[in-house]
Amino acid sequence: MSIWVDRNTRLLVQGITGREGQFHTINCKNYGTSVVAGVTPGKGGQSVEGIPVFNTVARAVRETGANASMIFVPPAFCADAIMEAIDAGLALIVAITEGIPVMDMLKVKNYLKTGSSRLIGPNCPGIITPGQCKIGIQPGHIHSPGNVGIVSRSGTLTYEAVHQIQQFGMGQSTVIGIGGDPVNGTNFIDCLSAFQSDPETRAIIMVGEIGGSAEEEAADFIKKNVTKPVIGFIAGLTAPPGRRMGHAGAIISGSSGTAQGKIKAMREAGITVVENLGQMGAIAKDAFAEALR
Amino acid sequence: MKIHEYQAKELFQKFGVPVPQGKVAFSVEEAEKIGAELGRFPVVVKAQIHAGGRGKGGGVKLAKNADEVKKWASSILGMTLVTHQTGPEGRVVKKLLVEEGLPIEKELYLSVLPDRGTAKIVFMASEAGGMDIEEVAAKTPEKIIKVYIDPLVGIKGYHASELAFGLNLAGDLVKQFSAMVSKLYKLCVDYDCSLLEINPLILTKDGSVIALDAKINFDDNALYRHKDILEYRDLDEEDPFEVEASKYELNYIKMPGGNIGNMVNGAGLAMATMDLIQQAGATPANFLDVGGGASAEQVENGFRIILADPSVKGVLINIFGGILRCDRLANGVVEAAKKVGINVPVVIRMEGTNVEEGRRILDESGLNLITAKDVSDAAQKIAAIAKG
Repeated sequence: MSIWVDRNTRLLVQGITGREGQFHTINCKNYGTSVVAGVTPGKGGQSVEGIPVFNTVARAVRETGANASMIFVPPAFCADAIMEAIDAGLALIVAITEGIPVMDMLKVKNYLKTGSSRLIGPNCPGIITPGQCKIGIQPGHIHSPGNVGIVSRSGTLTYEAVHQIQQFGMGQSTVIGIGGDPVNGTNFIDCLSAFQSDPETRAIIMVGEIGGSAEEEAADFIKKNVTKPVIGFIAGLTAPPGRRMGHAGAIISGSSGTAQGKIKAMREAGITVVENLGQMGAIAKDAFAEALR
Repeated sequence: MKIHEYQAKELFQKFGVPVPQGKVAFSVEEAEKIGAELGRFPVVVKAQIHAGGRGKGGGVKLAKNADEVKKWASSILGMTLVTHQTGPEGRVVKKLLVEEGLPIEKELYLSVLPDRGTAKIVFMASEAGGMDIEEVAAKTPEKIIKVYIDPLVGIKGYHASELAFGLNLAGDLVKQFSAMVSKLYKLCVDYDCSLLEINPLILTKDGSVIALDAKINFDDNALYRHKDILEYRDLDEEDPFEVEASKYELNYIKMPGGNIGNMVNGAGLAMATMDLIQQAGATPANFLDVGGGASAEQVENGFRIILADPSVKGVLINIFGGILRCDRLANGVVEAAKKVGINVPVVIRMEGTNVEEGRRILDESGLNLITAKDVSDAAQKIAAIAKG
């Protein structure tokens, strides 16, 4: 078991003919993901590495039975691409694209309610169930199957978490990057709730950062609903207020969204907080020892 | 992106939102001329910098006659204005807004912005105008009215009514205010504002609703579709290192007072690396995310910008190679170090794809590069340098 992606996932790639899209499609395919279709308007009938390309998502779904999409469309057209995937009824949409305007994402977020799709991202590394399915730009080889679920707003910081727990022999059930934008499709609580219900996931790592209040809300959710051990990390203790720290969503507004506030909320919810990044693996080993036995 | 008050007021006028009559001045003479053109007193002289709290810092003055316009313009232009938002170093004032002083009956607060939590456009309004709204929100949250608007539906009459009657407006003021709210909504959405704030919004003694102040921030991700807003960029308000970094599309932020430069791939890991430097007893001199697919050219320019900062005593490079392979990065670093010339110790921590090959390239480069085996080791090594 795992959450949201596994051996049965049939992936289509929107923006498959672009340089990035093509490169990462091949990586996903080599990892073992079943990539069944690509979509680039005007390039229907072509193929990329033997994967058939269609003009529209609807057509690709009809002809290949795809049930998930990975999106590499440039930011100016990405909101449209996500809405096309929603209209085509795809169960899972993973938007890798960075730089989508917030106004566009507000519309997408509200439009999501009209369908049954789950959107992960945008501005995210993707989702991986080690050994089964990789959708995104993560380096697949650093992961291994196991029982720790990881959810994070960052890309490379997620790889760091995976790497550190690997050093202590802990594999992962599913690893999800929910993205660094202020408005995203799937939040911490969605992932935590799914991890709590997934029998394969026995412990959880949550990696947050400054900006917004998603971590505080997640901490409250954990306190009330999560029985599995959780460790947390928050990046940005030294970030100055009012500055956008790389990610569009990583900004302290006035006194809200600080790392200190998030750490406090997590502690109060009984989450083991990793203060020093170098300690994440060691702390996970101790905190998860019983659950992973 | 931030813009000045006078620029925000230009946009207000474009959308039909009433503002006081006035103009921007770049010299004392211009300020005097504008004061004379306004034709009556009082006149307000306002420092134009990208920071709030200007009044408390002494950057906003009321002139009762022409002599006072000259006096205040002379004292404010060129002053280093320190407010709670500028940091202790302050900002040098290079522009003034000179505008008519209006008879104020009441000060209100009004803002509109995309709300990340609800994914709606939210209007916030309060009768506690002219005050720090954060303070109002913390102490007396009941004094703030919030109205959420679904962006797929847009603004409706009742949204404006909720705000207007919530502010205890009556009669013609409701009409004026509601019209203004619709225009501000349109401005916010059409121009991808990340914040549009009027504090204070005033009711004048003669019964008008006017935006006395104006602040607009824009979503950087949307600037590609607003070329006219890019014209408003003021490089005087930005750190020179940051201006340089922006030419190479590097995510760089200068941290005043820091002594350890750092270069990292990925924003989250970059923030965490700054935190590590601090926890090890040193202070980060910058934030620099070179991104997942950093080119050799970007690494080189990043290096050059970090090393150009005289306060930097050492540099920490922390890379988790995923798509960006460690061997390729190592080659980039070695090339950059040779070209730029390293004048301080450089600690490199690399992990991920092709890490052994990357470490070998660094070891064999003959350069003074210190390799670290993990993030803790890197932090300790950089701390030793900072102390040394």
